[in-house]
Amino acid sequence: MIRTEEMLLNVGPQHPSTHGVLRLLVKVDGERIVEAEPVIGYLHRGTEKLAEDLSYTQIIPYTDRMDYLSAMTNNYAIVHATEKLMGLEIPERAEFLRVIVMELNRVASHLVWMGTYLLDIGAMSPFLYAFRDREQILDLFNELCGARLTYNYMRVGGVKWDAPAGWIKKVEQFTTYMQKQIKEYHDLVTGNEIFIGRTKGIGSYDQQTAIRYALSGANLRVTGLNWDLRKDAPYSIYERFAFEVPVGEDGDLYQKYLCRMKEIDESLKIVAQAVGEFPSEGKIMGKVPRVLRVPEGEVYVGIESPRGELGCHIVSKGKDKPWRLKFRRPSFYNLQILPILLKDENLSNLVAILGGIDIVLGEVDG
Amino acid sequence: MSEEEKKPPVRPKPAAKKPEPKPLPPSPKQPVMDALATTLKEKFGESAVMEGYINQPNDHLCTLIISRENWLPVLQFLRDEHSTPFDYLQNASAIDYETHLEVVFHLHSLEKKEMIAVKVRLDHENAELPSSTALFPAANWNEREMFDLMGITFTGHPDLKRILLPDDWVGHPLRKDYVAFDKEV
Repeated sequence: MIRTEEMLLNVGPQHPSTHGVLRLLVKVDGERIVEAEPVIGYLHRGTEKLAEDLSYTQIIPYTDRMDYLSAMTNNYAIVHATEKLMGLEIPERAEFLRVIVMELNRVASHLVWMGTYLLDIGAMSPFLYAFRDREQILDLFNELCGARLTYNYMRVGGVKWDAPAGWIKKVEQFTTYMQKQIKEYHDLVTGNEIFIGRTKGIGSYDQQTAIRYALSGANLRVTGLNWDLRKDAPYSIYERFAFEVPVGEDGDLYQKYLCRMKEIDESLKIVAQAVGEFPSEGKIMGKVPRVLRVPEGEVYVGIESPRGELGCHIVSKGKDKPWRLKFRRPSFYNLQILPILLKDENLSNLVAILGGIDIVLGEVDG
Repeated sequence: MSEEEKKPPVRPKPAAKKPEPKPLPPSPKQPVMDALATTLKEKFGESAVMEGYINQPNDHLCTLIISRENWLPVLQFLRDEHSTPFDYLQNASAIDYETHLEVVFHLHSLEKKEMIAVKVRLDHENAELPSSTALFPAANWNEREMFDLMGITFTGHPDLKRILLPDDWVGHPLRKDYVAFDKEV
């Protein structure tokens, strides 16, 4: 008789398929995963502690380094929470610029996910296509604020830089171009038999589990729940734009892929509308005192980042520095469900399931 | 006219006075808040709800401060039995106020699109709270994070150990009395 023995397999922390520095302790019996335990903290920089000694404006660049694939939404989370506590009015032009860059950033982030995910499960070329298109977004950002990844673009009360001449036109051109590209991706990937075989029916979970584990973003919507903070707890000027929230059915990996691809579509729709209605002139900074003293109080706001609900909890004691700052980091919550999903799964599905969650370790570790 | 008469008399500047905070207008959420506090008091006794107020800048967020003994039963009640089921743990955080520690859970009802903040106050010396992992599996890593960074022990937690910092780390950095090893960093 063949006897199998349990073996402890160490995955990471330095391994390309863990998307950063995640370590997994996997107990395997043959090819079956008996138990998996994520070990995190390798990228912990103590942002929340550091923020207690920084002024509100000084914190913004630190948030760039959390979810470094989508720094614009991170910028917005802290800025929005501060504005809420101070009760500030934001000029319309600034709000438009914010929405445009946040949605473009969502497209860029999803493109990275799509490319690296397919790379994970063995397809090389979509990665190259995705990065080619993402590069155009980064070029647009570079022109706007001089950085490709760590933008430090938003400020309490508005944005730092106005759109340079011709920038809006370029965004418009990109939107049209990208909408065509999506079709190419669908031709290339969506109907691919190997891809379907690797993802359909794998790693699924039900809605109740998703809610209990406080999943958010595509990880929650894939179970069929229509929950998007841009619609359900509107912030900024999202109420003005018409867009849909893509949902899945049974929460498997293939549905997650479809959800995120549709989200790119919807984001492009928002960008197109925002570009069309973009105010031709106006201020980009509201009336803000030179030294920001946030009134005593407490505020929690959540926004929809590409990975899910990105929350910012500020406790202020009326000083120019926050008393306590806490980020609800969506990847940190989403990753928690991994041991449940991996249990009794085949080892070869490990990378596919982990990649499907779409984590950014800078955000998990904070 | 003499030179002196021309000049307007120099008035001493009024001493900088802090403007009295204006009393906030009553919140539209007040009835909801009162109903919730009454239900909880009826069910768990008068001492269960230590304080309830509405956080107006934060979209009129209902905030309840629960006594430590009733922490888990109240959470369970809000999740399962309340007419607005708060079943989604949106955020969990701990704050060091120097006089006391505070744990706050932001709960959300996905069905009714309502949000609530529940808090509990703890002493620095005896920072212990029953773990809510059984109610909200999402609280698992949150509580480990609070244990790691704020030094709050969650009794009954399935796997309470440091999560972000190395296992041999000394102290809990988010406490206000924490002394950093290297001031330069």
